[in-house]
Amino acid sequence: MIELQDATKRVGNVIHIKPTTLTLQTGHFNVLLGATGSGKTSLIKMMAGLDPIASGKVLMDGQDVTRLNTQKRQISLVHQFFVNYPHMTVFDNIASPLRVAGMAKSEIEGRVEEAADLLQLRPMLHRRPHELSGGQQQRTALARAIAKESRAVFLDEPLANLDYKLREELREQLPDLFAGRGAVVVYATSEPEEALLLGGYTALMEDGRVTQFGPTADIYRNPENIAAARVFSDPPINVARVTVSGAQARLAGGGGWQVADMTDGEYMVAVRPHRVTPIRTSDADVELTGRVIVTELSGSDSSAHFQHGEDAWVSLAAGVHPYQVGEDHRFFMNPAHCRYFGQDGKRVA
Amino acid sequence: MRTENQKAWFFVLPVLGLVAFNALVPMMTVVNYSVQETFGNNQFFWEGLGWFEQILRSDRFQAALGRQFLFTLLILLIEVPLGIIVALSMPRKGFWVPVCLVLMALPMLIPWNVVGSMWNIFTLPKIGLLGYFLNDVLGINYDMTQQPLSAWITVVIMDVWHWTSLVVLLCYAGLVSIPDAYYQAAKIDGASPWSVFRYIQLPKMKTVLTIAVLLRFMDSFNIYTEPFVLTGGGPGNSTTLLSIDLVKIALGQFDLGPAAAMSLIYFAITLLVSWVFYTLMTKDDAQ
Amino acid sequence: MAQIKLSNLKHSYMPTPKGPDDYALKEIDVTWRDGGAYALLGPSGCGKSTLLNIISGLLTPSEGQILFDDRDVTALPPDQRNIAQVFQFPVIYDTMTVGENLAFPLKNRGVDAATIKRRVDEIAEMLDVTELLKTRASGLSPDNKQKISMGRGLVRDDVNAVMFDEPLTVIDPHLKWKLRSKLKELHQRVKATMIYVTHDQTEALTFADEVVVMQDGEVVQIGTPVELFERPQHTFVGHFIGSPGMNVLPCEARGDRAVFEGHEVTLEGPTHGDGGRTDLGIRPEYVGFSDTGIPARVTKVSDIGRHYVVSAMVGNTALKAVTEHSVPEPGSQVFLQFKPEQSRVYRDGWIASEERTQ
Repeated sequence: MIELQDATKRVGNVIHIKPTTLTLQTGHFNVLLGATGSGKTSLIKMMAGLDPIASGKVLMDGQDVTRLNTQKRQISLVHQFFVNYPHMTVFDNIASPLRVAGMAKSEIEGRVEEAADLLQLRPMLHRRPHELSGGQQQRTALARAIAKESRAVFLDEPLANLDYKLREELREQLPDLFAGRGAVVVYATSEPEEALLLGGYTALMEDGRVTQFGPTADIYRNPENIAAARVFSDPPINVARVTVSGAQARLAGGGGWQVADMTDGEYMVAVRPHRVTPIRTSDADVELTGRVIVTELSGSDSSAHFQHGEDAWVSLAAGVHPYQVGEDHRFFMNPAHCRYFGQDGKRVA
Repeated sequence: MRTENQKAWFFVLPVLGLVAFNALVPMMTVVNYSVQETFGNNQFFWEGLGWFEQILRSDRFQAALGRQFLFTLLILLIEVPLGIIVALSMPRKGFWVPVCLVLMALPMLIPWNVVGSMWNIFTLPKIGLLGYFLNDVLGINYDMTQQPLSAWITVVIMDVWHWTSLVVLLCYAGLVSIPDAYYQAAKIDGASPWSVFRYIQLPKMKTVLTIAVLLRFMDSFNIYTEPFVLTGGGPGNSTTLLSIDLVKIALGQFDLGPAAAMSLIYFAITLLVSWVFYTLMTKDDAQ
Repeated sequence: MAQIKLSNLKHSYMPTPKGPDDYALKEIDVTWRDGGAYALLGPSGCGKSTLLNIISGLLTPSEGQILFDDRDVTALPPDQRNIAQVFQFPVIYDTMTVGENLAFPLKNRGVDAATIKRRVDEIAEMLDVTELLKTRASGLSPDNKQKISMGRGLVRDDVNAVMFDEPLTVIDPHLKWKLRSKLKELHQRVKATMIYVTHDQTEALTFADEVVVMQDGEVVQIGTPVELFERPQHTFVGHFIGSPGMNVLPCEARGDRAVFEGHEVTLEGPTHGDGGRTDLGIRPEYVGFSDTGIPARVTKVSDIGRHYVVSAMVGNTALKAVTEHSVPEPGSQVFLQFKPEQSRVYRDGWIASEERTQ
């Protein structure tokens, strides 16, 4: 378990991490999701002891480690760039932290081989990093983190520099690799899809703050504020202006439906692109007509960007749908999937 | 995101101590001398700013300062463009890269007084190879021991020979760090070689050029050994640069007070000009 | 703009290649129509960058020809091919403003000031950078820098093609989407021939009208995104395209049936050939849950928001299914149904079943 208690980070007079309180548990992935510069790496460095904390505390398993050296925290860190010792073989790379810890030779061998098997590195154990592909180099770095007995493993966008398909494969294996190792796993990413695939818990980050934390699928479905909804969406979530008056919601660009338990006023409504479809999916669907600006056909999905009043919308639907750019099309949206936010960005319904 | 670690100060501490010992302490001694008069026997008399006034008003100092500025200006005007041109014409890849780099580094590896002696022997009329060649083969009247102009040309060429490599190596480092994509993009955009230089190479070399200009300014402004060995400040006082003059006053005439005042003025000028240079050259980045 | 034809193209980085393994590009024959949007898709090392460099003229192929509108340009240097290129990392001229950056290619070609202004304003408007025209380009965010690089390619009207070399690598995911749509929109407006090189299937499929899938220096399949998704000609294409990729399950094939882990599966049509490694290919999207069918044990269910990805074991073979509703519990016993018209057989990787004609 890692706890941050009102921890902040400052460089000069610039606050990089605002007071953050967060408890990360073992047994599942803890994902830090946010755009570049939102503070994911800073937060990891604070927990790893690589960056000093301006105020507040960091605790590991209840022990205050705020002033403890990185070397003494028993942690592993895998970086976005493939960091290996270039002059050592894969075996020695994986074994190096174990040797530093003074482990017996026979035990080192066992552990290295176990980690190498998990990451399919067995045939490459005697090669040097420059003879390996990018994927194999990153797997070596991951194997080093797995072989080492750590209380916490920090993975800072470890897949960002790999090929798409390779990313997909490794992403699927990762949760299993760390399962049952008793370490807190923290995974930073800027891709919402990656957070969903890894599951576990997710902390949404924006501008040096954690905006929401909870089980990944929960916060995907129930964002507490408009910023969280935007951060956790790929493709970007549709946000439109809506006026509620007398239990009736009306979009600025036309189209209305019944709402319950909402006071009259101006709101923002957010709905994910795949909930806006070119075919009617339920009787409750609201019809939106809009001029198609761009279409994208990915084989499995069709998407259309359309203009509805002054708001730009995106529809994403499975299958092949013929859209004509520049023409009006009808789209359908089930209000059950709408989330409402006040002018201050806070969720209201 | 930038990171900061207060621990760094611990590592810097020994260096700070060293600097204090070998720069601050001697400097305080100089300050001490500059405001007092001494006649030996460790007897000192308060002089105030008198030495400073005397130095600043003296024709001798003003003449030496003028020569110093002229020398530095010539050095910068020749070495910086020449260094850029040489760096641009050096190969970026292949067998000739290390060869060129070694050739470039060679002059810088030679001790300063050896450079002075080398050029002295090389350029002496009658015995020196160059001196003989110019006088007796080409019939040009050249004698750096007798003619101020010959002496100046020799001192400047010697410095260019010795230090242009530094500018070349710094510029070269800046050039090789430019990704190929920039050159490809420029080709595609139909850019002329001049445009490539003006809009890609020069902006990317800016940081290293700033460093190169600063280093060359400071070095050439404080130069002593090479011209001293080559010409000894002559003929007459024609190549007596500030540092040579300073040594003459301090060790030749043993006027410690004026010498101390002069070295502080010298130091202040170097610092001021460096600061102005640096501010001007990095002004754009701050915006 | 021009039609681009690659004829019998081969390339080896070795001076005297011996076997096919010595070739980085084995044999490429492609024709790209004027004004189309194309993608070159494949993993690292598949030869797509080599091909890109050959088209732009940075490399001369060992064999074969490149034709722009039937004019042989194989021996022409890059600057005479009139090809614009957008690189992985944005290339901008730091000391110029955004407007000067966009004007640069025109200025170099001696275009008059009025035309330059008109073109620059037009392109800036398309890229939504009009308000940035007077700012220095060095301070821009990566996505805006990349927009400017694109703009420099589009501002000229004499380019034969605009090529994109993994242009979204340094862009944040949520901006990637926007920039990709912008690119698509630009293509729909200016109708320039565009060639997009990437390892990212989503980028390739959403951008291109036609995708060239490459592996080990060979073209595996050329087709529209729908063709590649619906009827991959090779298991590599099936696996590489789609997320998760196609299930490739070892089987035996007889007529229009396949036997997979002892269960009979109806195929799209009759199979041809025999022998070789035989696999059943079915996309996770076409694996359904039912009361009857192939018994399977659910090993994992991932909630990825839009739908669920269910991993299951049939006998000793793992497969995946995608479902929006009816989510089974991990560990439970379920029955799978394979959509017959989407079940096909591959022999040694290549498709071996015939399309059902109805």
